[in-house]
Amino acid sequence: MFGYILKRLLATIPVLLIVAVFVFLLLRLTPGDPAAILAGDAATPAQLERIRDRLGLNDPLLVQFVTWFGQMLKGDLGTSLISNTDVVDMVSDRLGPTINIALMTIVISVLLAVPMGVIAAWRHRTWIDFAVMSFSVLGFSVPVFVIGYILIQIFAIELRWVPVQGYASPSDGIGAFFSRAILPSLTLATIYVALIARMTRASMLEVLGEDYIRTARAKGVRENVVLFRHALRNAAVPILTIIGTGFALLISGVVVTESVFNIPGIGRLTVDAILARDYPVIQAMILLTAGIYVLVNLIVDVSYSFFDPRIRY
Amino acid sequence: MTEMPSSRRSAFQVLTGVFSLPAGARLGAGPTIAALVLALIVLASICAPLYVPYDPLAMDAMSRLRPPSDEFLLGTDPYGRDIFSRVMTGGRVSLLIGIGAAIVSVAVGLVIGLLAGFFRAADGIIMRIMDSLMAIPAILLAIALVALNGPSLSSVIIAITIPEVPRVVRLVRSVVLSAREEPYVEAAIALGSSMPKILIQHLMPNTLAPLIVQGTYICASAILIEAILSFLGAGVSTEIPTWGNIMAEGRSYFQIKPGLIFWPGLLLSLCILCINLLGDTARDLLDPRMKKREG
Amino acid sequence: MKFKTRDLSTAQRVLKIRKLKVGLTGRPDAQPVLNEIDLDIRAGETHCLVGESGSGKSVTSLATMGLLPKDALEVQGGLIDLEGFEITNATAAQMRDLRAQRVAMIFQEPMTALNPVLRVGEQIEEVLNMHTDLSKSEAKARTIDIMEQVHLPDVQRVYSAFPHQLSGGQRQRIMIAMALVLDPDLLIADEPTTALDVTTQLQILKLIEEMQERHGTAVLFITHDMGVVAEIADTVSVMQKGEIVESAPIRELLTNPQKDYTRKLLKAVPNLAPRPARAVSEKDAVLNVDRLEMTYGGGGWFRKSEGVRAARDVTFDIAPGRTLGIVGESGSGKSTVARCIMRLIDPTGGEVTVAATEISRLSRRNLQSHRKHLQIVFQDPYRSLNPRWTVARSLCEGPINFGTPKSEAMERAAELMELVDLPKDALDRYPHQFSGGQRQRIAIARAVAMKPDLLVADEAVSALDVSVQAQVLDLLDDVQDRFGIAMLFITHDLRVAAQICDDVLVMQKGQVVEQGPAAAVLANPRHDYTRSLIEAAPGRHWDFANFRALERAPAVEGPIA
Repeated sequence: MFGYILKRLLATIPVLLIVAVFVFLLLRLTPGDPAAILAGDAATPAQLERIRDRLGLNDPLLVQFVTWFGQMLKGDLGTSLISNTDVVDMVSDRLGPTINIALMTIVISVLLAVPMGVIAAWRHRTWIDFAVMSFSVLGFSVPVFVIGYILIQIFAIELRWVPVQGYASPSDGIGAFFSRAILPSLTLATIYVALIARMTRASMLEVLGEDYIRTARAKGVRENVVLFRHALRNAAVPILTIIGTGFALLISGVVVTESVFNIPGIGRLTVDAILARDYPVIQAMILLTAGIYVLVNLIVDVSYSFFDPRIRY
Repeated sequence: MTEMPSSRRSAFQVLTGVFSLPAGARLGAGPTIAALVLALIVLASICAPLYVPYDPLAMDAMSRLRPPSDEFLLGTDPYGRDIFSRVMTGGRVSLLIGIGAAIVSVAVGLVIGLLAGFFRAADGIIMRIMDSLMAIPAILLAIALVALNGPSLSSVIIAITIPEVPRVVRLVRSVVLSAREEPYVEAAIALGSSMPKILIQHLMPNTLAPLIVQGTYICASAILIEAILSFLGAGVSTEIPTWGNIMAEGRSYFQIKPGLIFWPGLLLSLCILCINLLGDTARDLLDPRMKKREG
Repeated sequence: MKFKTRDLSTAQRVLKIRKLKVGLTGRPDAQPVLNEIDLDIRAGETHCLVGESGSGKSVTSLATMGLLPKDALEVQGGLIDLEGFEITNATAAQMRDLRAQRVAMIFQEPMTALNPVLRVGEQIEEVLNMHTDLSKSEAKARTIDIMEQVHLPDVQRVYSAFPHQLSGGQRQRIMIAMALVLDPDLLIADEPTTALDVTTQLQILKLIEEMQERHGTAVLFITHDMGVVAEIADTVSVMQKGEIVESAPIRELLTNPQKDYTRKLLKAVPNLAPRPARAVSEKDAVLNVDRLEMTYGGGGWFRKSEGVRAARDVTFDIAPGRTLGIVGESGSGKSTVARCIMRLIDPTGGEVTVAATEISRLSRRNLQSHRKHLQIVFQDPYRSLNPRWTVARSLCEGPINFGTPKSEAMERAAELMELVDLPKDALDRYPHQFSGGQRQRIAIARAVAMKPDLLVADEAVSALDVSVQAQVLDLLDDVQDRFGIAMLFITHDLRVAAQICDDVLVMQKGQVVEQGPAAAVLANPRHDYTRSLIEAAPGRHWDFANFRALERAPAVEGPIA
């Protein structure tokens, strides 16, 4: 088991390496002068030179890569083209709100989606199934910011239950945190719930057709035990997988949601960086999110064996 | 392809065979309505220049933020442009991006997936690269591309395509890997068929049905991502009206003019909903496992 | 042959089914799946339900358990009376109560019938937790006890094992333990030995009988195998298309069947008496296999690992017009040998000479031109034809690969349709429009279209119903006769081997343990393993087709290992 985790950790290195190369090439292989693009139309030659210098664009490609990669390994992702502050500092300052909202989203999503999917599969082709599937298709179809604005309109503007926008950290008081975090979390959760509920239902439908479910029923086992003890554990692996791969959606959602709700997290940081063409920040965000994505999926992989004894390392 | 007996008809029958309904299955009202609504939206978008009352780009300082009226069906935006004309025209680019991204992703993914599924040597490397591309969130990649290349249609399509390709590759590869274990493929080997022939004639048709399904999902998600990119200010040029652009401009006016988000949002959601529903229907009909369970 | 002859007329009736009708849910006017069947089982009786696939055997058992898939099938009339309790209108809670306590069931696939993520001990214990108030330790003691009763080895270890860590036979023992732990009055066994090797099958049949005697359980045993029926049944009901066509005590049914269908069914059952061998050919052997070896795995970058030796030191040859059978249980390496000869896998040692060319080490490219000399027919008729291709296209694929013009290939395909007894218009149809037996005929036609010197039949009749099996065996025989093809016939079923093979080669764990003329090997087996295989063949003393005992039952001399 431990050896397996180590092996998997090692296996993520090439993946992250390819991501790094990709991110590196993205800027350098852009047609035209990247410095000119980043500086905007009104840039003076001095400004251009400064950007080239900062990004090391004057060196040969290989030298650039080695320098860039070496710095990255040391945890140096450069400084912002706009504020001149260290990118790693900028990101870590903004990480807190994003992590809190993301965790809350995951908890809400799993708690809602898994029972929804299980019940939809159990009551296959009834109105409950239809309702769950409708919600799930709808969740895929409405852009996340539209959901955000609708929730704001209803709960903040019409009902006035929660503030419209903003963020408070849990240290400012749990009530303040929840009242501001609940709408963004629900907004983010919509698509995640849709995804997980759908997969839970599909996986459960498959498992409920298996022989051992018939065996359990032939033993006179109660339906709730059939569903949760016999079926759900067998259905778990695809559900875990989708939670892992769906994480990419969550990351994208964070960027949008933080803009809608004006939350000072890394999503806002990214949007501000786009508007200012602050490439070092964008680059750091891609590396960070790819790293998180790989890590989450590593955890998911390792957790398979917890649910399915046939998977042994 | 080698000329086979009745090859013309058999190509047709491959398709009808793929699409034929399992015995006793009926299409419910849902998919039919979805298809009709989608057709209507597509038609309305394509024909928009023929019937919209105003130039979607024409600004008019005299008629800013007008409420809906006979003159302006859905009112006007902060620049005095007719919202109805903009929303109806906006679908054209959104749909183009959706279809474009779907076709490019499926085509590229199919080729790479077939290679990975068939050539053991290439498999490991290809799949590592695919894993890496999947780790990069589409939105962030798009943001980076647009930041570097400037807002353009091709930037957006490429940005949406790159993270989708690995999913298509995985799908094609898994279909190929399981199909090549089938006895009929082994029989073809025994009959002396060459590897390229087996790959194209026996294995590739198996990928058709899942690719159609996957293609619809990619199309839906591409339209959605375009909207999000525009909303974040990283989409196609703001000169071009797209559903995403119209909503992005509506952000600051959300409280006084919700229609700027509501109408394009509604059309966009409806459009994606229909595509997703059709994708689900196609999957239920095409997935043999589903057929076995429900047929 | 010893049949059961117990008189059960005084025993208490456990199950009474009257005019039971089961049909498609919500479609009472459609053709019913079960059409007014009657069935009685008394305490201690073993009642066998036999029939071909689709005859309604399993539906009968599921209806009795109240386990019909609700959205597909429903009871539309009649009654199922379990010791005075009417099952057809019981509530879900009543039914749950009944299961495991009064009626229990074991299924065909012990692998899929056990929950893969729960320990097998827990799965047995769950029955006790659901139906009794036993304490945790009492329940465990009772579980251990029943596991010992079904003769599981090392019970403490097996208790906390997961299903995938046990063998097929052990898993089926777990299923039996689970079914019998609450001592039900009726045990329904749905093809419980079909997925097992013959020697394991024998053990499981003995176990069911032992448990039945110990607990006085009535057994409803569903099977397609007449041999098994002959071994275990008190009473037999023959099913066809949802109806019970004949029901009688075992001896009566086998010696004096009343209905045509029963006679037809029995006539198709192969027996262990070997066929007369075909004429010995003067010509040189078509296939020479010399010290063939196949080792899977092994190698490794850092350490040389052992690898699995799936076949070793296999040597034989086949002359034109003769049939050699390779017989063995699962994992014996018989299919590995076939696949090596076909070069679907690359053997790791030895030589394979087909039509005077050594092919075991030819490169893929050089091999291509030799493919036409050897063809193969696979086991699963549902997967061996490309579902998207017309029959014509499948039949022409090979000849066109070897340069035959399309029109000529088509003509030949039409001739072949006639040969395998299918209508000509079958050429334009797709595989799903044919039955399993018909598809297997098409697969044979596809192989024969290449005019091969050697035909490999890898379990080619194992997936077929017995009457279809007999027809396909006849067809193979006919094809061989007509074209003088040499045939390599891979099978797990000694009875089938006896029907078609001139020579037999018995494999165990990758090695050949015995080979020789079929008559000699089957009548006077020299190796213990061959003997145990013959001993385990169900119904081996009975000549079903002639409704009498075998005149010269394959004698097994000496002690059985």
